[in-house]
Amino acid sequence: MIRKEMIAMLLAGGQGSRLGILTSDMAKPAVSYGGKYRIIDFPLSNCINSGIDTVGVLTQYQPLRLNTHIGIGIPWDLDRNIGGVSILPPYEKSDNAEWYTGTANAIYQNLKYMEYYNPEYVLILGGDHIYKMDYEILLEFHKSNKADITIATYPVSWEEASRFGLVITDESKKVLEFEEKPAKPRSNLASMGIYIFSWKVLKEALIKLSDQPGCDFGKHVIPYCHENGANIYAFEYNGYWKDVGTLTSYWESNMELIDLVPDFNLYEEFWKIYTKSDVIPPQYIAGSATVSRSIIGEGTEVYGEVYNSVIGSGVTIEEGCVVADSIIMKGTSIGHGSKLYKTIIAENCVIGNDCELGVGEQKENKQHPNIYCNGLVTLGEGTVIPDGVKVGKNTVISGVTTPSDYEGGNWLDSGESLIRADERLA
Amino acid sequence: MRAIGIVLAGGNNNRMRELSSKRAIAAMPIAGSYRAIDFALSSLSNSHIGKVAVLTQYNSRSLNEHLSSSKWWDFGRKQGGLFVFTPTITPDNSFWYRGTADSIYQNLNFLKTSHEPYVVICSGDGIYKLDFNKVLEYHVAKKADITVVCSRATPGTDISRYGVIETDEDMRITTFDEKPFFCKEAEPLISTGIYVIRRRQLIEMIEKAQEEERYEFVRDIIIRYKELKKIYVYEHTEYWRNIASVEDYYQTNMDFLKRDVRDYFFRQYPDVYSKIDDLPPAKYNAGATVKNSLISSGSIINGNVENSVIFKQVYVGNNCTIKNSIILNDVHIGDNTYLENCIVESRDTIRPNVSYIGEEGRIKVVVEKNERYLI
Repeated sequence: MIRKEMIAMLLAGGQGSRLGILTSDMAKPAVSYGGKYRIIDFPLSNCINSGIDTVGVLTQYQPLRLNTHIGIGIPWDLDRNIGGVSILPPYEKSDNAEWYTGTANAIYQNLKYMEYYNPEYVLILGGDHIYKMDYEILLEFHKSNKADITIATYPVSWEEASRFGLVITDESKKVLEFEEKPAKPRSNLASMGIYIFSWKVLKEALIKLSDQPGCDFGKHVIPYCHENGANIYAFEYNGYWKDVGTLTSYWESNMELIDLVPDFNLYEEFWKIYTKSDVIPPQYIAGSATVSRSIIGEGTEVYGEVYNSVIGSGVTIEEGCVVADSIIMKGTSIGHGSKLYKTIIAENCVIGNDCELGVGEQKENKQHPNIYCNGLVTLGEGTVIPDGVKVGKNTVISGVTTPSDYEGGNWLDSGESLIRADERLA
Repeated sequence: MRAIGIVLAGGNNNRMRELSSKRAIAAMPIAGSYRAIDFALSSLSNSHIGKVAVLTQYNSRSLNEHLSSSKWWDFGRKQGGLFVFTPTITPDNSFWYRGTADSIYQNLNFLKTSHEPYVVICSGDGIYKLDFNKVLEYHVAKKADITVVCSRATPGTDISRYGVIETDEDMRITTFDEKPFFCKEAEPLISTGIYVIRRRQLIEMIEKAQEEERYEFVRDIIIRYKELKKIYVYEHTEYWRNIASVEDYYQTNMDFLKRDVRDYFFRQYPDVYSKIDDLPPAKYNAGATVKNSLISSGSIINGNVENSVIFKQVYVGNNCTIKNSIILNDVHIGDNTYLENCIVESRDTIRPNVSYIGEEGRIKVVVEKNERYLI
């Protein structure tokens, strides 16, 4: 009989709407990060580096990019005879068909998957954070406390603490109480959304709560277990942990990689991050180029100037360009003499010659001031910008645009949104 | 699947100087992110030749390491696969490979147990992309016994390293001069070491050669049979270079600084595949100046790099200058170092404040092993 000590369930079905246009076509875990990775590479690499070789990836929102990225799990060594990675989308049952309505509901709908591997422990993970974590240490903590549930927590600053779901523990780290975004926090340990459940406890709770609409771990499962006297412990994690849920935090986190010795170091031999990379050639920096404080992916050709930027693979930056404080994902080409400031460009975009992005005065975005802010210009996947266009700050552009889409044929004011969802470059 | 492939990767010669003391030429790193044999293997794979044997005997450790999985070139299939054959002792043979024909003879069972009608033989030290199906079609159309793929030598090529070929108007070979000292033509046809031959024909010829104690494929089969058999030339008109001397190796790497060469290999279909190393993107810190250079993943650049090819996982210290040089994989270069016209051997650690200067046409091969300080 198959028996795995611990399997992981990775929740990758969410849209991540605060990433705006970046997640219009793909789930948040599939968004590119750090020049060659996608966000989901971090939890997947953590799994295999921690010795977990059975991972169920729960998908729902726009899963195509995730499916093609994960495949049968070869890049993470998760192609196994027994176990390995399985993609678990919602499916039709004989008596009903429902979407995943909440995090715990998604896990409940895959009870059979977990039963098949007959685990002792189940690790619940999210697919939207950048971190390196040894889940084995978490498991040892779980075992040594004889816990039913272990919640990974992260100490946040006291000023910020009121924005998080907090846990209050005794000296032995046993959880006494939960507080959701309290006005006056009594603890600064924030839940990371990473849990280890003893399988029996999880199974029982999920079956009991199966009729709960939108069943969620934080809102329903953990409070239910707490009320019923389960042993819940909080593990304190002190490494690098970055939420990349908003455009601003996504941009900041990418920029931190550029630091001389960043807090989150991708260059360490130990604890490698794996990804599916289909581009192999080296990058070329031309005689006309200047590159400083940047990281650049495979096969990219730079003829212009690049400062403080994270550039993906297969990008072309032509002569006379200036790219500063920007993130450019793979396959984009930027025409002669274009200038980009604080711009996030998704995959496979084409920027014409002599464009200027991220110029002009600060104005709030009219439609989504909370998403497109901090002066960022964001371009969706497959966007085309014609020659000579100037674009203001806090803007978003998507689709194949033509001069007639712009004011006077060449100007998009700060705070405007230009979405041509119907037409997009393949 | 009309053909199987054989890659001759055994070789070594003193023209590679220190560079081949630790690896076969087929395992030489090329163009920042590849190894020489990737070009032959990728061409075979892209031509849908799914069953390939690599014959090797000289210092094959780094080659074996590179070929540790066949999945990079998409060979790991139920039908076919990638086979690495080194010499083995059997009750009736305890020799090393005594020549290219002998290496095929010692693995004749590979040919005998296959069912594909044709064999493509290529060497592991050529840098090219070639659709072998086109060569096969040509071979069939010409009703040839053997087809030799040739390339025009560029002016200045050291022809004493190549087989120089003359043909009649129908492209049938009339003369084949192996490594001549002199050639009257400025741009002669030279053999690329790529051959197409019918499998049964090859078995017959190899067995015959063995009976006569002849072991060299070129000398004892191509040249010996050129009157008796119909041996034709297929001219490959696109990029082809052999890297089996330090100067050619250096020049071939430098060719990749040209946009048209990069476009041809890196951006035009089909791709060249290689082993994936899971390295992070290259990083440029403040103070880095890079001009006209190739930089590979996993590298960290702090100093000046000009007209150079930097391979994977290279650390270039502060205030260094690297000019017209090739830095192979996993090299650590200390601060204030000056390198010009050099090839730095892989896994070197270069101390700070040193300088190595080679000359144009006489490139310096730097081998310097030191304790590496972890930073």
